[in-house]
Amino acid sequence: MTAWASVATGMQVVGVLAGSPFLVGGMRQVRARLEGRAGAGVGQPWRDLRKQLRKQSVNPAGTTAVFTLAPAVVAGTTLLIAAAIPLISTGSPLDSGVDLFAVVGLLFLGTVALTLAGLDTGTAFGGMGASREITIAALVEPTILLAVFALSIPARSANLSAIVTRAAHDPAQVISPAGVLAFVALAVVIIAETGRLPVDNPATHLELTMVHEAMVLEYAGPRLALVEWAASMRLTVLLALLANLFLPVGIAGSHPGAPGVLLGVAVIAVKVAVLAGLLAGAEVFMAKLRLFRVPELLAGSFLLALLAVTVSSFFAATSS
Amino acid sequence: MSGACQTAPAVPARLSGQHGGSPAACTASGALTALLGGAGLGIGVTALFHTFRPVQIGWVLPLVGVRLALGPLGGIFVAVIGAVAIAVGVYSIGYARGAHLPRFTLVVLPLFVAAMLLVPAAGSVTTLLLCWELMAVASLILVLTEHRRSAVRSAGVLYAVLSQLGFAALLLGLLILSASARADSFATLAAHLDRVSPGTRTVVFVLTLVGFGSKAGLLPLHAWLPRAHAEAPSPVSALMSAAMVTIGIYGLLRIDLQLLGPGPRWWGLTLLMTGGVSAVFGVLHASVATDLKRMLAYSTTENMGLITLALGASTLLAAAGARDVAAIAMTAALVHVVAHAAFKTLAFLAAGSVLAGTGLRDLDQLGGLARRMPATTVLFGVAALGACGLPLGAGFVSEWLLLQSLIHAPHNQNTLLALAMPLAMGVIALSTGLAVAAMVKAFGVGFLARPRSLGAAQAREASPSMLVGMGLAGSACAVLGVAPALLGPALSRVLVQLPAGHGGGTPRLGWLLRLPGVAGSVSPGWLAGGVVVGIAVAIGVGRWGARQRPEPAVSALWACGAQQLTPRMQYTATSFAEPLQRVFDDALRPDIDVQVSHYAESQYLLERVAYRARVSDAIEQHLYEPVVRAVQVWSGWVRRLHNGSVHVYLAYGALGLLIVLIVAA
Repeated sequence: MTAWASVATGMQVVGVLAGSPFLVGGMRQVRARLEGRAGAGVGQPWRDLRKQLRKQSVNPAGTTAVFTLAPAVVAGTTLLIAAAIPLISTGSPLDSGVDLFAVVGLLFLGTVALTLAGLDTGTAFGGMGASREITIAALVEPTILLAVFALSIPARSANLSAIVTRAAHDPAQVISPAGVLAFVALAVVIIAETGRLPVDNPATHLELTMVHEAMVLEYAGPRLALVEWAASMRLTVLLALLANLFLPVGIAGSHPGAPGVLLGVAVIAVKVAVLAGLLAGAEVFMAKLRLFRVPELLAGSFLLALLAVTVSSFFAATSS
Repeated sequence: MSGACQTAPAVPARLSGQHGGSPAACTASGALTALLGGAGLGIGVTALFHTFRPVQIGWVLPLVGVRLALGPLGGIFVAVIGAVAIAVGVYSIGYARGAHLPRFTLVVLPLFVAAMLLVPAAGSVTTLLLCWELMAVASLILVLTEHRRSAVRSAGVLYAVLSQLGFAALLLGLLILSASARADSFATLAAHLDRVSPGTRTVVFVLTLVGFGSKAGLLPLHAWLPRAHAEAPSPVSALMSAAMVTIGIYGLLRIDLQLLGPGPRWWGLTLLMTGGVSAVFGVLHASVATDLKRMLAYSTTENMGLITLALGASTLLAAAGARDVAAIAMTAALVHVVAHAAFKTLAFLAAGSVLAGTGLRDLDQLGGLARRMPATTVLFGVAALGACGLPLGAGFVSEWLLLQSLIHAPHNQNTLLALAMPLAMGVIALSTGLAVAAMVKAFGVGFLARPRSLGAAQAREASPSMLVGMGLAGSACAVLGVAPALLGPALSRVLVQLPAGHGGGTPRLGWLLRLPGVAGSVSPGWLAGGVVVGIAVAIGVGRWGARQRPEPAVSALWACGAQQLTPRMQYTATSFAEPLQRVFDDALRPDIDVQVSHYAESQYLLERVAYRARVSDAIEQHLYEPVVRAVQVWSGWVRRLHNGSVHVYLAYGALGLLIVLIVAA
């Protein structure tokens, strides 16, 4: 571990903090242009955040510390993930302490905090959003872990730098059947986890369709800013992770120098921007699924992940 | 919409019509239980690092005597049971006073703990059976504490039947083993195991699996758990769920894996499948249950299933020659035994505080406890986090180890492993996801939001001794979640005793968890620290612009334009779990009844809608009931034979004597 590796880790955190609102702004812009609107510009989420952070803090009557702390827990776990995973370099000092299972666990910790906050308000909206969110989360978990399993088999480890390094050495495995299946499964899961179409509509304000928005309905002002910021950070981190797990190009190694880190920053920014653009573009052509059709989608992705694992362990069994 | 679903009876905190023991008796009973627990913890920990000489007490049982021998494997279980008993003992002082537990319960409680502590210390087949039955009878008496309620009586009968059924299977299995090896003590049995043929071993394995599985709450003999744990007084539920069921796991380890093992591959597969099915079934029911204690009991079935799955995986991996990985799976099982004991003790004790403070255990009527019972709420939160298997919780390390053992399974032409491991992974992942849903439901609906009934609105915080008891269990959970390194030395002593641990390295549970022979590491301590730092950073970032903000204000909740939100408009546990119930409709088969009544004036105006959903145990319905019916029909036939006439009985006697004479001649 060099000083530059620590710098890279710090830049990952700062980059996710600063870049995630631009990512959401960019996705909204792509969507607006494809729909024939002018759009509010890439910087609009930042302007919203600044506005909300200056507003009065409003505590809904009867809520407890769970409601107050939940946004910080979501943001905090996401920042920890941003620090631990190989986005710019594989040399994060946290790498040996936080593997892919821990990352999945941390993500869930954030989800749980927000669902509890939804229940804490004691409103029908909060309960409804929490109930739907936890149902989706419970069904997403098997798929995520199976996709992790499929990814860890070639690397023989669930530690992220090992998986990324291995995939960088052997790019062919990414386009193997197992790799493709795992990619699709993970992509579906990320869409479900971050509340994008067709699982949830981030722009909706209609009771029947809300999941995430219903859960955070009582948040306002600075806390709402933190909730929205955390949501965009989760999206950024997950897209970056997806990009680096399956296209580990341009990542600085475990002992990077200054040029490597700078290149890493540029490459990950481009990768995430392209993935986000594709996701936003695809969303234009999609309608939200009915809530009780979502489990079918997730069951489908679970099946893909199971196939990925079976295929990859069969290949490993027959080739060794 | 009026919702009345799976209503658990509002249980009076005080038992009506029973004279409780005096306050002094309550203190004495609790203190004795805690002291016994302390002794157990001390002896258990000593046994891990120091070999005790076997003790033979000839006068207790005629012919064979009682033989006590405690090794590291028994030691860790004795230590766990002892630790649970300390927390429960301290807690029960306050609980027994508040709930006016009757005198017989106060007397039997320490006896039950003593019997449980003796089972892992048993050194021979007869001693094991004796202690096992003592434990079973003592626990049955404790379950029947509130025997004036019919729900308790029916739970007691179910428990008695399943417990004795398990005991009969165990008795038969162990006697066959003992007879074919011509030995009674475990040491001699192990030395003369070559006298036992493979066929006999298989019979013994199946019979003991039934016996130990019934105690561990594995499918299909799990049905007593949700009933008995729900109806027993909460300290007893905690002892049964955290300590007694793990004795079933001890039995599997001691007899089936250590004594008879290393078993063939199908033993491992049987354990894996039994465990997997139990885990998913248990967690599915836990996620839709609305009775707090029933939910916790189903979660016990889930956790015992996960442990059994780990034992099966370990056996399979050892049979495939992957010693290192088998040791990881075995470590996962042992860590989970300890972790489950910690978080389940705490969860049941907190549920007991809720019951004592509100008289309710139906989540649909609870809510808002965070304000009235802050300490209990925090402690239940710690337990729920442990049961979720998420980072910072007590259950994370064991789950991580188990998942690691599955991804590191060898792939040397072994199709069975290549298929079984991903499926096991799916099972674990599904049960983790649903366990999170179940625990969020219990904590979020039961403790947060606003009170849904008068009982919940008038909740009282638990008494100091109850809080101390829960605090002990809570600190154990916190330590296990952040610094599992403390278990490291003990586990490595146990692992070398087990067939799966021979010849392989053991996982190093240091500050950084490292696996033997394979790449993989995680650090629960770093995770905890990182989460705290992350939250601090997030709060710091959220303070940006704070100086320009006006003073914080309190505002009413958004009521969709209505005048006021009533607590009845909140989501209940039933409505919270409804999407899951709908998704798993085929597996749960809920019995839903919706009654819509209209106003007389118009068909379009609804007067009221009554929604009732009951999720009954499918196995209880489709497996037990036919058996019970068959037994009833059969006993009806038998009843005709004794019709009360002395003449007929004399004729039977004469006939019997005649048959005996013919056979003897």
